[in-house]
Amino acid sequence: MPEKPIIEIENLFHTYMKRTPMEHKALMGTSMVVNEGECIAIIGHTGSGKSTLIQHFNGLIRPDSGKVIIDGVDLSKKRIDIKALRRKVGLVFQNPEDQIFEKLIGDDIAYGPFKLGLPLKEVRERVKWAMDMVGLNFEEMKDRQTFALSGGQKRKVALAGILALKPKILVLDEPTAGLDPRSRNELLDKIKFLNKMENLTVIFVSHNMEEVAYLADRVYVMANGTDVLSGTPEDIFTDKDKLQRYQIGTPETVQVLYRLNDLGYNVNTSAFAVSEAANEIIKVLNDGEGENHG
Amino acid sequence: MEPIIALENVSFSYKINETSSVSVLKDVSFSIFPGEYVAIIGHNGSGKSTLSKHLNGLLTPGSGDVWVHGHNTKDDTRKLDIRKAVGMVFQHPDNQIVATIVEEDVAFGLENIGVSREEMKQRIDEALEVVKMSEFRKRPPHHLSGGQKQRVAIAGVLAMQPDCIVFDESTSMLDTFGRNEVLQVMRKMNGMGMTIITVTHRMSEAAEADRIIVVEDGKIVMDGNPQEIFKHKEILMELQLDVPAVSQMAEMVHNQIPIFSNELIQEEELINEVKRVSNARSGEVV
Repeated sequence: MPEKPIIEIENLFHTYMKRTPMEHKALMGTSMVVNEGECIAIIGHTGSGKSTLIQHFNGLIRPDSGKVIIDGVDLSKKRIDIKALRRKVGLVFQNPEDQIFEKLIGDDIAYGPFKLGLPLKEVRERVKWAMDMVGLNFEEMKDRQTFALSGGQKRKVALAGILALKPKILVLDEPTAGLDPRSRNELLDKIKFLNKMENLTVIFVSHNMEEVAYLADRVYVMANGTDVLSGTPEDIFTDKDKLQRYQIGTPETVQVLYRLNDLGYNVNTSAFAVSEAANEIIKVLNDGEGENHG
Repeated sequence: MEPIIALENVSFSYKINETSSVSVLKDVSFSIFPGEYVAIIGHNGSGKSTLSKHLNGLLTPGSGDVWVHGHNTKDDTRKLDIRKAVGMVFQHPDNQIVATIVEEDVAFGLENIGVSREEMKQRIDEALEVVKMSEFRKRPPHHLSGGQKQRVAIAGVLAMQPDCIVFDESTSMLDTFGRNEVLQVMRKMNGMGMTIITVTHRMSEAAEADRIIVVEDGKIVMDGNPQEIFKHKEILMELQLDVPAVSQMAEMVHNQIPIFSNELIQEEELINEVKRVSNARSGEVV
């Protein structure tokens, strides 16, 4: 499949509260390309510009200078079809409770598709599909009140509300923060399914390096308003100097492997998965024995 | 020893509409003793956040009682004593910062309980020192990183000199560095004798505690030290939980190399076990 860029960001700048004493430069010349069907992780510290960047993807923020092209639409142009853009790009924010406003779960998820003017039957089907995708039982949960949900359940409802719009590009800000291990794994698998099987382009911001390693095809590292590093998770997590310089964490498995490496054990530090990391340990323990025999 | 917090047959339900309600806590009883470091784990909706809000009277039981230092949380005249004894740190760093300068934020609680100017200054100094944020005291909080903001929030609680601090998923919004900063502070405070209760979804974080309480469907289903709890991988998986990555790795190595222990829960233990087995193996053939 030829690679077709669906998001192109070039030399993007954004300054909040321009020409005031509170002026704050959030983006300073960042660039990024996302191809159709890719799964991209954006990592970086608070204040590195991640949130400002992703708000450009559906036109919540328009470029100060630089280029933002989403699926062929140049967002620096004055006149754009913002509705069409928002339908194409679904954005799930970090605090799910901010994005839920209806009294009942089913109504909340149905709000978007209903506003698209879809027939009721289709709205219902989409709500059911979206709830299934995030692991909420339709019959059991649709008439529950949203305020009595736990934090993790609210997160699922917010995501279902966006999925029900069937976007072409899904943008997630910390999708699994606050989810228990199983809900987290299920959600990651669902995102992977949507990405790989339904060709949904996924961009997610995360501080959880396990999920970055598990999901992302490529990773962009942001610092001080610009992209400082990009590559596959292997590229990123094996570059020890840059990990240190930009204070990027690694998956727990890699952390253990780095420490063993420092102690002189010859382990491959790019083994993220638990089983791969365990195999690295088995290998050095067995090798050690072999060497001594020889 | 007298417990610092005691729950006796606590039940609690939320009304979901006019006619029905959801029962969240069902006859929960346990005690927390001074100096303990306790992790509460359970899947989303298991009731652990509701439970943690009972620990300092933010919520009071529908039936049953919660006692803090022997005071019933339903007794409104004791509310201030209870809140002073048990502080809380929440999930979102941004939601618990109230002032525009770090030290003023830390002072906020103290101003409300009428602490003298002199003592206030001293308490703020100490609290910021413990969380290693002294150099940021004159800074506005909104440009701090998530971990730094969370440490400011902890300092605010610490300045109230509570006997116990409850962390309700306080590291879940933080990156690896921010999380490690907060975990270090928690360990340090526990070392100073403070009782620590942490509600978390990260099994590696729960492994740091001395005791783990597992909540499922509003009830306590397991209560023990991390070594014991994490032996029950199947049960934990059924409860939508997990064991730390370190334990999973140890198990896999153990299956191939039986002398390698499968009862490890912390990174440090795993590293030491690799050293031990590696040395033993080279020793075997010398």
